[in-house]
Amino acid sequence: MASTIATPTGVDDRVSTRSIGARLLSRPEIGSLVGAAVILVFFLISAAPFRDINNTGTILYGAALIGVMAVPVSLLMVGGEFDLSAGVAVTTGGLTAGIVAYQFSLNVWVGMAVSLALALLIGLFNGWLLMRTGLPSFLVTLGTFFILQGVNIAVTRLTSGAVASNSISDMDGFSAAKAVFASEFKLGGITVKIIIVWWILFVALAAWVLLKTKVGNWIFAVGGDAAAARAVGVPVKKVKIGLFMTVGFFAWFTGMQLLFNQNGVVQSGEGVGKEFLYIIAAVVGGCLLTGGYGSVVGAAVGALIFGMVQLGVVYAGWNPDWFKAFLGVMLLLATIVNLVVKKKADAR
Amino acid sequence: MTTTKGFASEAASSPTTPVVHLEDVGKSYGNIQALRGVSLSVRQGEITCVLGDNGAGKSTLIKIIAGLHAHTAGTLSVNGEERHFSSPRESMDSGIATVYQDLALAPLMSVWRNFFLGNELTKAFGTLDATRMKKITDGELTKMGISIPNLEQPVGMLSGGQRQCIAIARAIYFGAKVLILDEPTAALGVKQSGVVLKYIVKARDAGLGVVFITHNPHHAYLVGNHFVVLKLGRVALDTHRADITLEQLTNEMAGGSELEALSHELRGIDAEAVVVRPADEPVRIQSPLEST
Repeated sequence: MASTIATPTGVDDRVSTRSIGARLLSRPEIGSLVGAAVILVFFLISAAPFRDINNTGTILYGAALIGVMAVPVSLLMVGGEFDLSAGVAVTTGGLTAGIVAYQFSLNVWVGMAVSLALALLIGLFNGWLLMRTGLPSFLVTLGTFFILQGVNIAVTRLTSGAVASNSISDMDGFSAAKAVFASEFKLGGITVKIIIVWWILFVALAAWVLLKTKVGNWIFAVGGDAAAARAVGVPVKKVKIGLFMTVGFFAWFTGMQLLFNQNGVVQSGEGVGKEFLYIIAAVVGGCLLTGGYGSVVGAAVGALIFGMVQLGVVYAGWNPDWFKAFLGVMLLLATIVNLVVKKKADAR
Repeated sequence: MTTTKGFASEAASSPTTPVVHLEDVGKSYGNIQALRGVSLSVRQGEITCVLGDNGAGKSTLIKIIAGLHAHTAGTLSVNGEERHFSSPRESMDSGIATVYQDLALAPLMSVWRNFFLGNELTKAFGTLDATRMKKITDGELTKMGISIPNLEQPVGMLSGGQRQCIAIARAIYFGAKVLILDEPTAALGVKQSGVVLKYIVKARDAGLGVVFITHNPHHAYLVGNHFVVLKLGRVALDTHRADITLEQLTNEMAGGSELEALSHELRGIDAEAVVVRPADEPVRIQSPLEST
């Protein structure tokens, strides 16, 4: 092909090799890393208890509570969808396991299995309805959000007569399940809650899936251009439904942590508003609201920012009422940094 | 490619057998009949051009062959076997690759990830074999005469011609027997169109059956062996290259008498009104303020 617009054999000198620095700056998680560093330094200077190594475990725990759910939520956002029901689905997960085990006097693990099945079904329903109707996921999951919120309170009141589920702490299998989901251990003076370990494992696994496997490639593709993905044979429906079911699984997992960390009692009104925290963590971590771009590691850093701010505000001796305002500012700053840094890096 | 060579030898042994054959195919969306009684044969080593104005049913026709929509009347057969595609995957699995007008590439994904999208190579534990995929992508693109030095670049940053070539190279690499090109030159400049047209001929010479959809009769006549003109969802003309001239084809596409009527109409326009005045007489534009 002898053509004037392209030379097949000659060396193309239009693109010079980019420095490692520039390549690093074009990663999606860079904005969140810069933000995390700034916040870390800020609180290290302004809040004395923040410098205490004993508090590191508490900060990480706060981050992990959001971070575990930020993992599937960021995957889902890369896949081009939202899940507003993710927050209350966590409560549904905890409640179902508790109520089923208590009402039928079953082993706690049986209640957990029923709860897992329900959580996956909720994800399946969200994904199926979305694919079936073609409605935006914002609307579909807003519907599920209200349904779950109502059902959580109504069923809890029906079965226990109160707004919290009956305690299952003296039932068979409770201590074993607690060891898995809500135990803690000492590591060089830091009290490490087991969910932090799970969180790190989940982030590593999801990051590997997203960047290094076929399924990850498909997630990027269905979020970037679903029609193009379908045309080359990517099973778009399966990928999207699978992503919603992944959110379901993690909602169940976080629900278990909720159940076993509070002595087998779950407050039915919990979880409302948490879905936004997951989305904030994912967006701060570099996920585009339009899909097709983002990072699981970034979302984890986003959750870490959340954990640091949440406790930093308290440690600095400020009124915790300011926390939400601070969080909003963080969200805006991190996304702007994301945008600016990305533009600069691409322009190099 | 071994696969492509395989098809080439097949094609040599039976040059006239249609790979894809449509008989009386129709498609209706509710009460709208987008396509009626269309018959079409795609043979290996031949370029079949499907021409038509906007809304003539070209897109509907490719969508049926590509498996995006199922036809509602008539028969579609691949290698003599009647088929009814319900997904693009089925169409692809029977050797039909489609390169769409809107490119079918995810803009934010890198070149090599797009090239292997849906056909990823994996190592142990399902890990992507990025090194091998990048190497193959680079080799295939170089073969076509486009060099993209940074395969990690998102395809959204490339030019239309480069993207079109990536999509075509991908289809050929993955062993397509039939290549359907939906207006590949529509959004391209003259030179880039040339590159794409040359590549279409290359694909034909490799033994592929090519369906080239376009509304540009000049591009079609440069490469086509067979021409089908669609009008309002029906076949208006079906002829071999030997039986038609470019002028006739252009005329047929524009709808002969309609074009004549149009040229009459345009003749009525006062051409002087748009002619630029001579340079020695500079045009002065008066501002509304000056005139008061």
